[in-house]
This record gives sequence, structure tokens and C-alpha cells, in this order.
Amino acid sequence: MFQNQTATTAQTGTITYLEAIRAAQRKLLAEDERVFIYGQDIADFGGAFKATKGLAKEFPGRVIDSPISEDAQVGLAIGAALEGMRPIVEMQFADFSTCGLTQILQHAATMFWRTGVPCPIVVRLPSGGTAGAGPFHSQSMEALYAHYPGIVVMTPATVEDAYTMLLEAVEIDDPVIFCEHKYLYYHLKADGLPDVALPTGKARIARAGRDATIVTYSAMVHESIACAEELAAEGWEIEVVDLRSVKPLDTDTILGSVARTGRLLAVGEAFPWGGVTAEVLARIATEGFGLLDAPPMRLNAKDTPVPYHPNLWGTHRPTARAITSAMRDLLRS
Amino acid sequence: MLQTSPAVRNDARPDENKARALTAYRWMILARVLEEKLASLYRGGKITGGVFLGKGQEALSAAIGTALKKGDIFAPLIRDMAGRLAFGESVLEAARTYLGSRLGPMRGRDGNIHRGKPRDGYYAMISHLGAMVSTVAGGLFARRARGETGVVGATCIGDGATSTGSFHEGLNMAAVEKLPLVVIVANNQYAYSTPTARQYACEDLVQRAAGYGVAGYKIDGTDPSACVEVVHEAVARARAGAGPQMVVADLLRLVGHGEHDDFHYMNHALKLAPIGRDCLDVAREQLIASGDATRAQLDTMRNQAAAEVESACGTALREALPNPSEEDWCALSTRRLSEGGQQ
Repeated sequence: MFQNQTATTAQTGTITYLEAIRAAQRKLLAEDERVFIYGQDIADFGGAFKATKGLAKEFPGRVIDSPISEDAQVGLAIGAALEGMRPIVEMQFADFSTCGLTQILQHAATMFWRTGVPCPIVVRLPSGGTAGAGPFHSQSMEALYAHYPGIVVMTPATVEDAYTMLLEAVEIDDPVIFCEHKYLYYHLKADGLPDVALPTGKARIARAGRDATIVTYSAMVHESIACAEELAAEGWEIEVVDLRSVKPLDTDTILGSVARTGRLLAVGEAFPWGGVTAEVLARIATEGFGLLDAPPMRLNAKDTPVPYHPNLWGTHRPTARAITSAMRDLLRS
Repeated sequence: MLQTSPAVRNDARPDENKARALTAYRWMILARVLEEKLASLYRGGKITGGVFLGKGQEALSAAIGTALKKGDIFAPLIRDMAGRLAFGESVLEAARTYLGSRLGPMRGRDGNIHRGKPRDGYYAMISHLGAMVSTVAGGLFARRARGETGVVGATCIGDGATSTGSFHEGLNMAAVEKLPLVVIVANNQYAYSTPTARQYACEDLVQRAAGYGVAGYKIDGTDPSACVEVVHEAVARARAGAGPQMVVADLLRLVGHGEHDDFHYMNHALKLAPIGRDCLDVAREQLIASGDATRAQLDTMRNQAAAEVESACGTALREALPNPSEEDWCALSTRRLSEGGQQ
């Protein structure tokens, strides 16, 4: 077996994270005639990951194959949104959304500020690493989008959030980047889909603790919970905060957690320079310095492209083992 | 389906075309006078940022502006003052944006040519060239999805923008989706300072229409009556369901890229050639020769335009400027999700 297998937790349910995304889109198409989905291979084929499987047949003309033109896909969504629609653009992989950056960052994100007219588009980014996916099918791009004003960036870590946050994403009158994690697609399961949820912008205490806080999001929530479980056997109680959305970032919940624990480790799967973990540390250092009993730490992927081979990939990104190692250092400091 | 202007059959009656030419001239002269005033205000230090003139392109721009109707979609580009005014923008709104009035549609948040009112189908361009092609296509896609028929969307670009990926993606997608999009290409011989020889290698940009499977038209952009005739025809065909239309007009930008640019790199042979004609002069000659207007009538139109421009600019100059302490520093319409207050 490959090294550093990915951690998952409580996978006994019947509905996967991917199915939750499909169910949310189905509900949106059924209940809101303004919604349509535009993306590559998403109609009869059902999408590269089958997130739209069956929807084109059930909703004729509203789940549409696009040319391989990410810039034009988002441009079309912007124009449709200006005319009152609620478009969802599926990027085949988050990595390819770089081809649509101009329309997302320069056009959609500036629209409300410049013109006073909102631009309610949702861009779904199948994000994050899976074994063997390599440099161009593995990226986590939330920090890049979060850097720009005018965008909401969601990073759901659970089946329930994948469902309710996608529903909310379409309701929001502003551009939403929806980072759905490809590893979680199949590995994460729940017994059912909720009717109510925390609103976007509110973080969730995924596991309560008192000795240290891990602030993280998306697939790294599960790696961090695995770390907490391992350390619990040694008597440590580690709190895990699931950010849910990285923009807006729920600074209050992080401050509250650090006030309880005095120690902070921020974990992200993205590249290390800047980014979400750096933002978390910057906010706690500036707004909660007195709460800290030890220097805050952060753990990210390495500063190289994402490697193809699982042996390299498993070390490139943080795993439960790497998080546990970092946490031991933090607990000793 | 490659067409050139002589092959175009314009169904409009001759008197209709004559009326259109006179209407177009009114917008052309208004745009010219307004832009001359804006250039003057820029030189006088009253305008911060750039001023970008459409001198030499008014005939083409007015043609598309007059061909569109209320309820259509229009995404003009840099040199489309005439088209903007013809589509419904007021002189005052244009002046307010250039002068930074907080009462203008952009409220000082954006300036000069980056203006529009999306709710009126008048989209505000971004500086990234070609981006509006797919955006207008998206607006048309939505209108069609809602069951609206007879709507046309148009956008204008230059020779330089035809080299962008956005132009290619947008036009190809519009053709795949069979949308009623009209793309007006003003081949004005320079993209900022770059001549067309460094921009494309095909014989003529209109050849590209065939590659996208869209109708292509070629016109002399210095000939106002040809511009009106062909552009109205292209819009009519799009409106009738014939899919995307691409009109390529050859003309010469008669000024620098912006008022900061002295245009020293201009090839003077172009200026002396027929392509270097000023379309306003040509329009006057055409209207007088055809008997549709007298010299005195055209002079009166210019004087009326000058009075309107003076009044609007005078108003905009007296209006309050944006105030940073009263500005709402929130880039999201959903206030509860804004981080603006946290920084």
C-alpha cells in the first residue's frame, strides 16, 4: 500500500458528499426556474465526477454541455445573472478555473461594486488532491479567490454542508466559489440531508477540546479529527474548528476557541505562501495575541506543484500523521 | 457565409435608410463634440485618469447604436461614444462618469469608458478585451431561456481584441449556442501602438467569421451610409434568428490611444489614403449630396450638440465628488457576508 493514506471518519451512511451535491442541484433546478448548469461534459454524460448525472434528462435544456472555454463559460453565466438567472458553472477540475480567472475575478467580482447590480453566479470547483491526480488535477484554490474582494468562498467539509451550502450559494446575490473536495466525493457519507444549517460565515466546532485548537476546512477537517482522536488516547483534548467558508472567515469563533485552548494550529491543503492559514494566524496574532500561550503554527502543502505519485503526494499535503506531529510540537511549546 | 457590403440586400426602403443616416449623423456629431469637450477638460486638468476618443469611428459606432432597440443588449467598447448615446446613454451620464460626479452611474468607483447600466441592457465593459463577447451571449442566453424573442445583443471590439482568447471563446460559444449576437469589429489599424501586421496574419479579419460558422460582413468604416446599411442588416438578421453576425469595418483611429498618447507612431500614408478619411466629413458630403440635409441644417445640429454638451458638462462639473468617509466600502451586495468592516 501507499504511504500516508487519507483519513476519513464515520463513513457508515448512505448518502455521499457527491450525491449531496447532486441532490442540491436537483432541488435547485426543481424549485427555481432561474437556475441552470453550464459546464463541460455535464449533460448526457453527467459530468467527469457524475455530479449532474441524470439531471439533463430530468430538466431538459437546463443542464448544458459547454465548449472547452472556461472564460466564456463564466462570461455566459455573468450575462445570464445580469438578466436575472441563477447560473451554476461546473469547472471540470478546480485547476482549470485559472482559464476563467478574468471573468471571475475581474468581471463578476467587480460587478456589484462598480455598477450596483449584483452578479449571482456559482462556480463549482472540484478541488483538492486524490492519489495519482498530479499537478493539474489536484489544486486547492480557495486562497486565490478569497484574496479578491467581491467573492464568497465556500469550502464544505461534510455531506450536510455540501448540500445546504450549495443551496445557499445559489440564493446569495453575489459570486460564490464553491470548493467541493474530490476526495470527499466518495469517501464521506451521511444518513440523510438536513433541512436546516448554520448560515455561511459561521464556523463549526467539529470536535470540542481544551488543550489546543486546530483551525481548518474541507478535507483537512477529517485529517485533523483523526489527529485529535490519536492524541485523545494520550489524554489530550484537541478542538477542531471547521471554517466552512474561508471568506467570510469567522474570526469570532476562532478567537473563542483559542480563548479556551491558548494554542493554535491552522491547517490547509493549499500551497503555503499566504493563504487561508496565514490569514487565520494574522487575525489571531493581531486580535487575540493575549489569548495565546504559545506561538501559533500553520501547516500546509509543500511549496511545489502537487506531485503525481501517491508516495510523494502523501507527503506533499498535510495528513493526520503530519498534523499530529505538528500538534505534538505545539503542545510541547 | 462570407459577405461583403455590395452583396448585402438591405430590405429597408431607400427613404428608411436616408432617415437612418440622418439620425446616425446626429449621434455622430454629438459624440464628436462631447469628446472634444472631454479632451479639453482633460488638458485643463479637470479629468483624472484617461480620456479615450472615438474620432474616426463614429459612423460605425452610431450605426450599431441606432440599429439596436430598447430592450436589446449592448456592450460598447472604448471608442463607442456615438453608439452609447444612440443606445440611450445621456450626455450628462457620460460627463458625470468622466468628471467623477457621485451622481453618475459609476459614482466615482469606476471612470471614463468603464461605464454602463446593466439593468437597462447597457453593460459596463471591463478593460480585459474580449470579455464582453461571452457576457452579452450570456445575457441573450437568459433572454431566450425566459422565452423572449426578437432580442439582439451587440458588442464592439477592435483589431487588437480579436487576438484574445476571450474573443475566440466567446464567439465560438455564441455560434454553438446559436445566439442573436452581433460583434462589431472596428479594425482601426492600431491596438494602442501595435499595427495590424503584428496583430494577425490572415488576409482579412472577416475571414475568421467562416471559421466560427457565423455570418461575416466587410465594410468601409469611413462610409457612414454603408455602415448604417450593413450594420442594420446584420442586426435584422440576428433578430430574425440567423445566429451570430460579425461585421468588420476598416477605418483609421484618427487620434492616439488616449489623450495621453501623441500618436507619433502613426503611418502617415494611412492618413492620406481613403481609410484616413474623417467619417463626419464623409457623412456631411453624403447627406448634402443626397439632398437629405442642407449645410445649414447640419451646422445647426452641431450647434445644438455643442449647447447640450456645454450644459451637461457644466452641470457635472458643479456636482459633488465621491467622499471616502461616506463611501460604503462593501464589495458584496449581501452585507452580512462582507468582510469590509473587519479589516
